[in-house]
Amino acid sequence: MSLRIVVCVKYVPDATGDRHFADDLTVDRDDVDGLLSELDEYAVEQALQIAEEADDAEITVLTVGPEDAKDALRKALSMGADKAVHVEDDDIHGSDVMATSLVLAKAIEKTGYDLVICGMASTDGTMGVLPAILAERLGVPQVTLLSEVSVEDGTVKGRRDGDTASERLEASLPAVVSVTDQSGEARYPSFKGIMAAKKKPVESLDLEDLEIEADEVGLEGSWTRVDSAAERPARTAGTIVKDEGEGGKQLAEFLASQKFI
Amino acid sequence: MAEVLVYVDHVDGAVRKPTLELLTLARRIGEPVAVALGSGAEATAATLAEHGAVKVLTADAPEFAEYLVVPKVDALQAAYEAASAGGSPAAVLVPSSAEGKEIAARLAVRIGSGIITDAVDLEAGDEGPVATQSAFAASFTTKSRVSKGTPVITVKPNSAAVEAAPAAGTVEPLTVSFSEKATGTKVVSRTPRESTGRPELTEAAIVVSGGRGVNGAENFRIIEELADSLGAAVGASRAAVDAGWYPHTNQVGQTGKSVSPQLYIAAGISGAIQHRAGMQTSKTIVAINKDAEAPIFDLVDYGVVGDLFEVVPQLTEQVKARKG
Ligand SMILES: Cc1cc2nc3c(=O)[nH]c(=O)nc-3n(C[C@H](O)[C@H](O)[C@H](O)COP(=O)(O)OP(=O)(O)OC[C@H]3O[C@@H](n4cnc5c(N)ncnc54)[C@H](O)[C@@H]3O)c2cc1C
Ligand SMILES: Nc1ncnc2c1ncn2[C@@H]1O[C@H](COP(=O)(O)O)[C@@H](O)[C@H]1O
Repeated sequence: MSLRIVVCVKYVPDATGDRHFADDLTVDRDDVDGLLSELDEYAVEQALQIAEEADDAEITVLTVGPEDAKDALRKALSMGADKAVHVEDDDIHGSDVMATSLVLAKAIEKTGYDLVICGMASTDGTMGVLPAILAERLGVPQVTLLSEVSVEDGTVKGRRDGDTASERLEASLPAVVSVTDQSGEARYPSFKGIMAAKKKPVESLDLEDLEIEADEVGLEGSWTRVDSAAERPARTAGTIVKDEGEGGKQLAEFLASQKFI
Repeated sequence: MAEVLVYVDHVDGAVRKPTLELLTLARRIGEPVAVALGSGAEATAATLAEHGAVKVLTADAPEFAEYLVVPKVDALQAAYEAASAGGSPAAVLVPSSAEGKEIAARLAVRIGSGIITDAVDLEAGDEGPVATQSAFAASFTTKSRVSKGTPVITVKPNSAAVEAAPAAGTVEPLTVSFSEKATGTKVVSRTPRESTGRPELTEAAIVVSGGRGVNGAENFRIIEELADSLGAAVGASRAAVDAGWYPHTNQVGQTGKSVSPQLYIAAGISGAIQHRAGMQTSKTIVAINKDAEAPIFDLVDYGVVGDLFEVVPQLTEQVKARKG
């Protein structure tokens, strides 16, 4: 039986760009170039490796996002995923993690899955909680924040390096997994991969397809509110000295003047 | 006054500092009721009482250690339901560790509440607690609140001062019946991290970090010696971690730890946005880098353009001499 893998990927504003908020205090996605979140490339990579090990596997990449988010899907397809699902609906704009996870969970159920793989966190929202929420909503085990993952005989195994300990985890499929940037470099799409991706199917879904009401999502349907967003004042320019043999001493004097020593 | 549930992060009864900071924040919005789970749970009570917990709900069962996250969610939900019997709690506060965030998130789904993660401050507001967060690699500060259900908020370390505020701290056993899902993810083995004897990275008042410029695992001695002379924690950039020079647990940045110490010293680190994301809110920033154009210098209070192999040992010597 085929192993059905769904990889959740997010389209995010480039972290090296000048990121800011739009007037409605949502992440501005128009002024800064977007891309497939680097941290989700690791999820695509692990999906590809798991699929290579399995006799028969199919990888679907899934995103919830605006029209441009198709770019993220294309990139994942060119890395080697088989097909894509794009959930797009104007009413989704401004959704928080609860609303987004509702849409993702419905789309995952509709697609059919044995294994869901996510990145460790999105590079714009940086919450890192969506995978756990998906597991809760789908009612399947969560095997999250893995630096190592493998699937064998219907069991997913992995290593989770936490603050105080490193743990080996195990769960039966179906399950939700998230992988960290310690899980192994993601591959670059090959020219062949890029060409092949153009022909791979991208299914578009909206809220009606997923039987979700407009008031369950978006700014109105979210369970949190952002009241204000202010740019942090730039740090005041500090003192910069060139080391002429006394740099360490000068630094020590500065630290002493600030009462650190 | 409404109760505020505070989830306790502890290791065999030793309460970790971020939980005590949560008690300070909790007192701003209500009466702190602590929830301590697992081995040593009851031993946390004395410390929690000293810092303002009026009650300490405790539960221990093998499930907490043998299965991932869900048993703790079941217990926190039981505590929430117990607290709700006497009126709705004002909030549920959880330390922003990887596990803490996952516990909080699953609880929020179950009780139909919104969640805010990684708050760096918390105040009482007319429409419930207002959380301050950093966004976009700490280049923005936002204020948010939960608009549905009991606010579930995770708070980063170093977000408030630890204050003594003696309270009753009455220990009450919590009855937990585990859900069918509790045993879904088995923890097959656990290898505790070896202690280095240095302060915890996220809790330290001073952090000394090394980057690609340190150029080799053996050279990290230089960074460690400076750290030890200052009583500081040691950090590393991702480039240094990826090269295998220093453990990933010490990585500072977007995919490592975020730190906000009184003093951050960066040696041989360029200051990429992902690194800044984890240290930009430090009070005083110092850098040593041989490239005058390195972006880290945009952040510093004091910077030395020079070779870290010259500057850092000289600094260490000076610190030791001054400390006598
Ligand atoms: C999704 C994502 C997440 C990431 N997460 C993180 C993260 O959590 N943390 C992180 O740090 N990075 C992270 N990065 C990587 C980040 O983009 C940078 O690549 C990394 O921070 C660079 O590390 P560095 O400053 O040590 O190395 P470099 O950028 O190579 O800088 C080395 C510096 O050392 C200086 N130097 C060299 N020799 C000497 C000497 N003898 N004396 C003094 N100075 C010297 C050089 O002038 C240079 O400025 C992430 C990247 C991505 C895409
Ligand atoms: N809009 C989205 N579409 C698809 N996947 C997402 C979306 N948002 C988050 N994810 C997934 O959830 C992970 C964690 O996201 P977060 O909790 O928002 O930091 C990401 O790495 C993605 O795998």
